[in-house]
Amino acid sequence: MDITVTINGQDHTHDVEPRTLLVDFVRTKAALTGTHIGCDTTSCGACTVLLDGVPVKSCTVLAVQADGASIMTVEGLKDADGAHPIQAAFKEEHGLQCGFCTPGMMLVGHALLEQNANPSDDDVRWAISGNLCRCTGYMNIVKAIRAAGAMATT
Amino acid sequence: MFPSAFDYVAAHSVREAVAAKAEGGDDTRFLAGGQSLLPMMKTRLANPAKLVDINRVPALDTIERANGHLRVGALVRHADIARSDLPFGVIAAAAPWISDPLVRNRGTLCGAVAHCDPEGDWNSVLLATGADVIATGPSGERAIPIADFIVDFFTNALHVDEMVTEVRIPIPVGRVGGSYQKLERKIGDYATVAVAAHIELADNGTISRAGIALTAVAPKNTKVPAAEAVLVGNAPSDVLFAEAGELAAQASQPRSDVRGSAEWKRNVVRVFTRRALAAAVVGANES
Amino acid sequence: MTVTEKPATPIEIGGIGHSVKRHEDDRLVAGKGNFLDDHTLPGMLHMAILRSPVPHARINSIDTSAAEALDGVVAVVTGELLAQYDLAWMPTMSGDTQAVLATDKVRFQGQEVAAVVATDPYVAEDALELIEVDYDLLPAITSPQQALADGAVLIRDEKEGQTSNLVYEWESGDAAATEAAFARADRVVTLETHYPRSHPAPLETCGCIADVDGTTGQATIYLTSQAPHAIRTVFAMVAGLPEQNIRIISPDLGGGFGNKVPVYPGYVVATAASLVIGRPVKWIESRTENLISTGFARDYHMKGDLALSNEGRILALRVQMLSDQGAFYADAQPTKFRAGLFHVVTGSYDFPAAHVACRGAYTNKAPGGVAYRCSFRITEASFLIERLVQTAAYELGIDPADIRFRNFIQPEQMPYETPTGFVYDSGDYPTALRKALDAVGYEDLRAEQARARADGRLMGIGIAHFTEAVGAGPSKQYDILGLKMIDSAELRVHPTGKAILKLGVKSQGQGHETTFAQIVASELGIPVTNIKVMEGDTDNTPYGLGTYASRSTPVAGAATAVVARKLADKAKKIAAHLLEAADADIELENGNFFVRGTPAQSVTIQDVALAAYTNLPDGMEYGLEGVHYYDPPNLTYPYGSYVVVVDVDPETGVWKVRRMVALDDCGVRINPMIVEGQIHGGLTEGFAKSSMQWITFDDDGNCIGSNFMDYLIPTAWETPKFELLETCVPSPHHPIGAKGVGESATVGSPAAYVNAVIDAIAHLGVRNIDMPLLPDRVWSAIQAAGVAEG
Ligand SMILES: Cc1cc2nc3c(=O)[nH]c(=O)nc-3n(C[C@H](O)[C@H](O)[C@H](O)COP(=O)(O)OP(=O)(O)OC[C@H]3O[C@@H](n4cnc5c(N)ncnc54)[C@H](O)[C@@H]3O)c2cc1C
Ligand code: FES
Ligand code: FES
Repeated sequence: MDITVTINGQDHTHDVEPRTLLVDFVRTKAALTGTHIGCDTTSCGACTVLLDGVPVKSCTVLAVQADGASIMTVEGLKDADGAHPIQAAFKEEHGLQCGFCTPGMMLVGHALLEQNANPSDDDVRWAISGNLCRCTGYMNIVKAIRAAGAMATT
Repeated sequence: MFPSAFDYVAAHSVREAVAAKAEGGDDTRFLAGGQSLLPMMKTRLANPAKLVDINRVPALDTIERANGHLRVGALVRHADIARSDLPFGVIAAAAPWISDPLVRNRGTLCGAVAHCDPEGDWNSVLLATGADVIATGPSGERAIPIADFIVDFFTNALHVDEMVTEVRIPIPVGRVGGSYQKLERKIGDYATVAVAAHIELADNGTISRAGIALTAVAPKNTKVPAAEAVLVGNAPSDVLFAEAGELAAQASQPRSDVRGSAEWKRNVVRVFTRRALAAAVVGANES
Repeated sequence: MTVTEKPATPIEIGGIGHSVKRHEDDRLVAGKGNFLDDHTLPGMLHMAILRSPVPHARINSIDTSAAEALDGVVAVVTGELLAQYDLAWMPTMSGDTQAVLATDKVRFQGQEVAAVVATDPYVAEDALELIEVDYDLLPAITSPQQALADGAVLIRDEKEGQTSNLVYEWESGDAAATEAAFARADRVVTLETHYPRSHPAPLETCGCIADVDGTTGQATIYLTSQAPHAIRTVFAMVAGLPEQNIRIISPDLGGGFGNKVPVYPGYVVATAASLVIGRPVKWIESRTENLISTGFARDYHMKGDLALSNEGRILALRVQMLSDQGAFYADAQPTKFRAGLFHVVTGSYDFPAAHVACRGAYTNKAPGGVAYRCSFRITEASFLIERLVQTAAYELGIDPADIRFRNFIQPEQMPYETPTGFVYDSGDYPTALRKALDAVGYEDLRAEQARARADGRLMGIGIAHFTEAVGAGPSKQYDILGLKMIDSAELRVHPTGKAILKLGVKSQGQGHETTFAQIVASELGIPVTNIKVMEGDTDNTPYGLGTYASRSTPVAGAATAVVARKLADKAKKIAAHLLEAADADIELENGNFFVRGTPAQSVTIQDVALAAYTNLPDGMEYGLEGVHYYDPPNLTYPYGSYVVVVDVDPETGVWKVRRMVALDDCGVRINPMIVEGQIHGGLTEGFAKSSMQWITFDDDGNCIGSNFMDYLIPTAWETPKFELLETCVPSPHHPIGAKGVGESATVGSPAAYVNAVIDAIAHLGVRNIDMPLLPDRVWSAIQAAGVAEG
């Protein structure tokens, strides 16, 4: 099937099997490898993308379902002015170690801040509870997301 | 891990979806949120020949109060329910505890209901509130009481050419409260034990209606009529709740597994039923 | 000595002590990380592995014909085929052998049986379903006790001379002195516990891309490896490829935690397949494959006895340990020590005698025994002694903090030789514990606990004071398969005064690109942003045994400091030449070289670097570069005091962490921000293992914990919030006084959580619950203690 998915504002048209997972479309067809794969059971969120603005696990969406949809991946966070506040905050607050969960964490954080620019510690913990991190113990991820919110509001 | 190959149709109306399903038969499955079906397909526990994607069917994403019911369409996601202020009592209480925030953004209540996973939460909520499942087939729709809809472990009462288009939950008049007590090991885990409690209070403060249902402690989500019966007509009290808890524990059929022993699970049913009822009554008094 | 001194370098230089923001972050936050699966090579094929569904069975036949016929399948590899190249078996890190693809029997569920190479990963997986294997089932052995019982079926029947399932027997300490102390003891306190099987489960699974050029013989292997150099040597030995033709490239790693140290069958099969087919072959583990087949950790069954005086003085320790090794003995550990460094089990306490007797058994489970965020079995050791001491406190009616103070090794006893032969380098344990107790408000909490008990509420306070032994290790004692556990650093300063540092170790998220640059910045005064750190490409970095067991800072960090000092010596000579002064009069401070007493007259490191290529004193060799191989004189011994407060629901057994106060002393902190991040991660690991994260097996040998729905990783929601404290007693023998910290919290914290839960119910007579402390187990323990609910 020929499908067109808009990723970070750019159209990607490819012929795919119906069974192609969205994460494979993004990583292989669109060659955007910032979106990762960490599990087989929809548990880890390393594959998180924003599908029409909503965070989803792209390993559990078929690419054909995203035909005509608009997707944002980690590569889309950076704008013309350089690093996005959330990217800057993750570096500043040491919100990442190996960086494997980081794209998903930042996208979920970004989506949260769109709704609530000043989330509490628990708001953030709740929002990222579909994303696993094996390195950081989450403390600094929470800090980074809150700091990004503060950066954006000041 | 990748699914086996399959054919795919994106339906644009209920009629189209039902027709495609009728044509494909048992080897064809509807695809709603995909949050149960796709993980099973990736691990090749499910290998359907064809998927009928209902996500492009318009108007199924409505959640509304109409004709004395809360109507939840087939494309209403768990997150929509958690975010909406229309749900009441145990429905509102359970919504945030379904899986995790990202899964909630995709998964649907109707899909979960159709899936009939005994560890799924929604069917207990619907049992407690006395909901109907609306099934639509080639010849129109029918309302199936949830207790009849849940046939067994992963088995529902749909005909092969029917889809769930909506779930209808009666909205009680008067004071209503509910609570969903769920023991999960972590976010994203299914319930080890959960108890749904729905309480309606009469003007004189006695319990006029009670719904209690259990998750993950029997081959299917289980309503506990005996516990409901001791409550109705009586004034709420700790003693009463404890008695209901005891009856719920007796009605449960937990199995020992890696999460814990049957004995402990039965105890949790006892404790959670008591706590859920107490919380539901608090909610009803505040409503 | 308990203050972190102000960094000696200004922030522009960013040397040791500064929380420099990490160099690696820019690419990682941009989604431009360079992880293994992100690589695609021209003509690359994809490999998938067929695994045994059963734990123990004889293989009658394997039929691959239908799989071979599938469109897109290039090859199907079986053990029989590999045997033709003598590759059906490979050596393990512990000197045992392991099947690459099973030929005779399968010995654990998930064992590698066959592999498909195809043009597309989806097709490779389709083909697996078409392979038919005929098995004759054999009884499965699911515990080491069962394995060593009379009449147990022999798992390793292919091994010559192997007549039982015993893997090894090993002991340490003085049995006679220990028995004598027990004979004198007023009291003996015993604890039996199982440290359950666990898995490091880095978020990125293991994988490789093997690219072997049949014509040139060049083998370039991209590999998720924490120890690329050691792997190259092992590959040369296993595959018989000439070592100069093997290049291992370990790209960005999405975590490792010990999982990415060994050589796994998938790597060998992919390499063989690439060699035979002549195209690159990629193999990426699924999460299930990761959890069921590669790199398990722990699984120690331990019994400890403490001999005590009535006053609570420890007189001796006696330990019996039985390890569950799985089907192949593959512990990644120093060869001399069959149970890793488990004999460090005497902990932080001063007593004269100990004896540790260890045995290992083969079972029908996955092999591994990796150092999961810990230095070779120290986690198990630390857990046992801290649980034992706590038990002794209850039995003797002494406060759990008090019994520790009574037995601590005192600062003035350092360096301290333990009864099992470790020489602790430095530390002030009493100060550390006191500080942690004060921070948590220990006395108030004990008062609250008494009140809570009176009201039928349960709360507990758990203490753990651990001592780690990291930085393996001195070449006299430490080698893996003969390779000495040294590590290296190569430093080159370019003419413009910018530097590149190349290391034999490999970061998996610890921030080497930043911390190692900081060491150089401190030594030479080159700004940290002007120093590039390179690791993970064996053609372009010096030899080393890799990053695990908190080795990097103690060994490679030391190598970095020493090589930088070598360069500083040469630089001073060049500076003397430029300043027309005597070599001996030159001082170096923050990148400025000056003649002692006249700082106004100076040249910079940048001037000197340029001169190294343009203007040298007569007879000096051009260039400013060097390499150093560091052989540590001793291990380093980081330690810490952790205090956890929990509330337990008596009706359900559910417990919640109210506070977690963690004091760590890891000597000098190179980058405090990174150190704290490492500690956060480790404290989370400890919480995970004490509460939910384990791998178990049913009676039939089926693995439970084979995916992230069953092997539970806590999310941000369950994970406690941590309060960190520090003291700083530098390592006296390390060039910069650092001790290493990557694993301390994983080692120290499990006992703290468990001790807290036990403390909540100790008054009921409960002394032990094995990890994980599932609510069910806690509730059952309360019930068994005979106390009604409520
Ligand atoms: C990590 C994770 C954790 C989870 N935790 C929980 C939890 O704690 N509690 C819980 O209740 N659930 C949990 N779930 C399941 C989740 O709630 C699913 O969303 C839900 O079970 C199925 O809904 P869906 O829309 O995704 O259905 P799908 O996956 O699309 O479908 C599920 C099944 O129902 C059928 N179906 C779907 N829609 C219809 C319809 N309209 N008519 C007829 N048949 C239909 C499909 O054909 C399929 O057989 C979890 C899932 C994941 C991945
Ligand atoms: S890869 Fe783990 S949730 Fe998608
Ligand atoms: S930073 Fe490594 S998994 Fe989160």
